[in-house]
Amino acid sequence: MPQAKRILVACGTAIATSTVVAKAIEDALRERGIEVITRQCKASEVASMVEGMDLVVTTTPVPTNLGVPVIQTLAFLTGIGKEAVIEQIVKALGTK
Amino acid sequence: MAITLQAYLVPEALIFGMDAETSEEVIRNLAGKLMYAGYVRGSFAEGVLTRERAQPTGLPLDGKYNAAIPHTDVDHVIKPGIAMATLARPVMFRNMVNPEEQVPVQLVFLLALDQPKSQIEMLQQVSHVLQNPELVEHLMNARNLFQVREALRKANAVSP
Repeated sequence: MPQAKRILVACGTAIATSTVVAKAIEDALRERGIEVITRQCKASEVASMVEGMDLVVTTTPVPTNLGVPVIQTLAFLTGIGKEAVIEQIVKALGTK
Repeated sequence: MAITLQAYLVPEALIFGMDAETSEEVIRNLAGKLMYAGYVRGSFAEGVLTRERAQPTGLPLDGKYNAAIPHTDVDHVIKPGIAMATLARPVMFRNMVNPEEQVPVQLVFLLALDQPKSQIEMLQQVSHVLQNPELVEHLMNARNLFQVREALRKANAVSP
């Protein structure tokens, strides 16, 4: 079994949005048989938290020169384009 | 997943068909109602407005109407709850994912969150509503709490 991939989930203040998004990502990937570990942070903390992460998913702008793929999306809040974003995440994690 | 938004809606903090010019007006109005209902402190409105300037919460939706989910730090909150306004005409919020873009919003959920991570269900519920354009339209047509409950009941009957 390969080691679980790690996703950093960011939003404006890390109060609630990133938690909801992180849970939605975990559920969506679990449905596809992919286990991931998520951590949440504020957009302003991304640069200092990105170490050891495989991917950043954010609902709000973050720096793009982080050395890992960044996916900026509202799909897990509004449902728009959710399937496409899940595909994008799967691809970015290189699990398939 | 059943929609249980009604469990979090503060009956005293619902405004239907509000005629507002700006997002600030909507936020101040809803925040005032949450304050008088004992959910938030007097500093809440300012806290939300400050956060909204730095981290906007406009969300383009997949239907006729767009939404915003303003919220702020837990220190301004006494107990958790959701205030809701439907607007007679859109006001501009900035897009959460792209703050340079304006989103014309007609449905506003002002969230009083009292612990950093414990109110996921509350925002999850709002997110479920936003992902259901038909329900959003029913909420936009509601004129009282009873009709809001009816809209949520119908949505649950369709997809339990």
